[in-house]
Amino acid sequence: MHKQTLTDIVAGLRSKAFSSEEITRHYLDRIAKLDDTYNSFITVTAEQALNQARMADEQLANGEQAPLCGVPIAHKDIFCTTGVRTSCASRMLDNFIAPYDATVVENFNAAGTVMLGKTNMDEFAMGSSNETSWYGPVKNPWNTGCVPGGSSGGSAAAVAARLAPGATATDTGGSIRQPASLCGLTGLKPTYGRVSRFGMIAFASSLDQGGTLTQTAEDSALMLQVMAGFDPKDSTCVDKAVPDYCATLNDSLEGLTIGIPREYFSEGLNPDAETAVRNALAELEKLGATLKEITLPHTGLAVPAYYVIAPAECSANLSRFDGVRFGHRCEEPKDLEDMYKRSRAEGFGDEVKRRILVGTYCLSAGFYDAYYRKAQQVRQLIKQDFVEAFSEVDVIMGPTTTAPAFEFGAKGDDPVAMYLEDIYTISTNLAGLPGLSAPCGFVDNKPVGLQMIGNYFAEAKLLNIAHRFQQATDWHQQLPAVVANGTEG
Amino acid sequence: MSIDRSEVEKIAHLARLNITEETLAATTRSLGEVLALVDELQAVDTSGISPLAHPLDTTQRLRADEVTEPNRREQLQENAPAAEDGLFLVPKVID
Repeated sequence: MHKQTLTDIVAGLRSKAFSSEEITRHYLDRIAKLDDTYNSFITVTAEQALNQARMADEQLANGEQAPLCGVPIAHKDIFCTTGVRTSCASRMLDNFIAPYDATVVENFNAAGTVMLGKTNMDEFAMGSSNETSWYGPVKNPWNTGCVPGGSSGGSAAAVAARLAPGATATDTGGSIRQPASLCGLTGLKPTYGRVSRFGMIAFASSLDQGGTLTQTAEDSALMLQVMAGFDPKDSTCVDKAVPDYCATLNDSLEGLTIGIPREYFSEGLNPDAETAVRNALAELEKLGATLKEITLPHTGLAVPAYYVIAPAECSANLSRFDGVRFGHRCEEPKDLEDMYKRSRAEGFGDEVKRRILVGTYCLSAGFYDAYYRKAQQVRQLIKQDFVEAFSEVDVIMGPTTTAPAFEFGAKGDDPVAMYLEDIYTISTNLAGLPGLSAPCGFVDNKPVGLQMIGNYFAEAKLLNIAHRFQQATDWHQQLPAVVANGTEG
Repeated sequence: MSIDRSEVEKIAHLARLNITEETLAATTRSLGEVLALVDELQAVDTSGISPLAHPLDTTQRLRADEVTEPNRREQLQENAPAAEDGLFLVPKVID
């Protein structure tokens, strides 16, 4: 039952092959039985899910047309949910119960979905391995000795282990696409401004964007349809019509020009991962696409620019955690300053503190021009690289990550080694472009992804290409052995 | 640009983060590593390049100055570590 895609589940519910309560119970049972191994959920909302499922069953019986009525999904624990703890995987928010829903959550509720629970993640979405969570690391279902990627590692592991058919996620520098690559999933980060950020706990506000982690591009289209759209509560959300993402999934790829940036096939790329990506590109050629070598000359500066801009924005955003209005407060503060300093020191983990300090340094008097302004100028150069490239090509493709999933602790001591994990995904966020990762092969029995970068608001095109690719290949249908042969129950 | 312990103590104070003597050395080292990474930016000629603050280069949207939110003080204060009579409680600030 859990081997179904989200699309299958929509059809099954409509045809009455099973009820929402049955399918919801099935996933809740799997979570109860298996998630001790993966740790992909921070909070499981079993009772609430069953109530939602029963309501959905009534609505379905009455001919309800809400698009995802009765479909169980999981939400990354960065999206605020009324009455259910929203922790952002931080001790700081261990006891935080949001008094409102994120717009994304509100949209899914209106579409009839059932929330199974809130998924684990890197603390405040800062990390690429899910090792920075206050609630412990998440394990990769393909190899439990390896990380699932991050920051949306819980959402990715939950879908890969089929503890949920699909999940919401967020991406600031690669946090959807990198775990999608490492867990063998389809991950979509939409254009900046396509999905409302209201109620999505802020990390770096000019980079953060909500998206999807699913088994297929078709499933992603179904979820994006619900998530995308204008929201007056988010001042950077774009007021632009949302196309029908499912309508163009089957469009022909004849005449499509794919740009292959030379810089994305640099010496740091695992040779077997490169082969998998090259084979996928050859497959797309068979479907009618033409490959064209391009250059994005400022690619190498994306990680340095990001690690000024993201920490600077993070230090400003996280200044709201002061132990006064919500969140962790230290015991017996001796004065106000002591309360601020100890509450924050106790509430935040090492990586979050590191980024707050880097951001504070870059924004401090005398350094602003040298760091922040400089990084924003480089950001302009990176964006212009893409603008020029898109005058010649329809889509840009390359690897999502340099290698498959790595072992726990492998990048433990050196923050920069971890930062370089996002070398191929970060420039997309800096430019605000949409990006998608789709499974394209295996290296050492672990999945790797093909990254597609689209022009602004070209999500429909990315989903179309990924869908056609998935019609011609079966990488996305591969399951971790324990899930495939049912040895895990 | 390298960073020393006293600078780390200064920015930790600006960021209102308590930093213990035991972690100061490790923090100084790891911040130095990150700053060495971002210093790669200094080699780039950016003269005449306008800074990009927002990927879509749009201006801030405005709305009419009208009250749209109801007062939910009690509900919002349920998350407060300490509140009384609708006020947030903090340690004594003025003697």
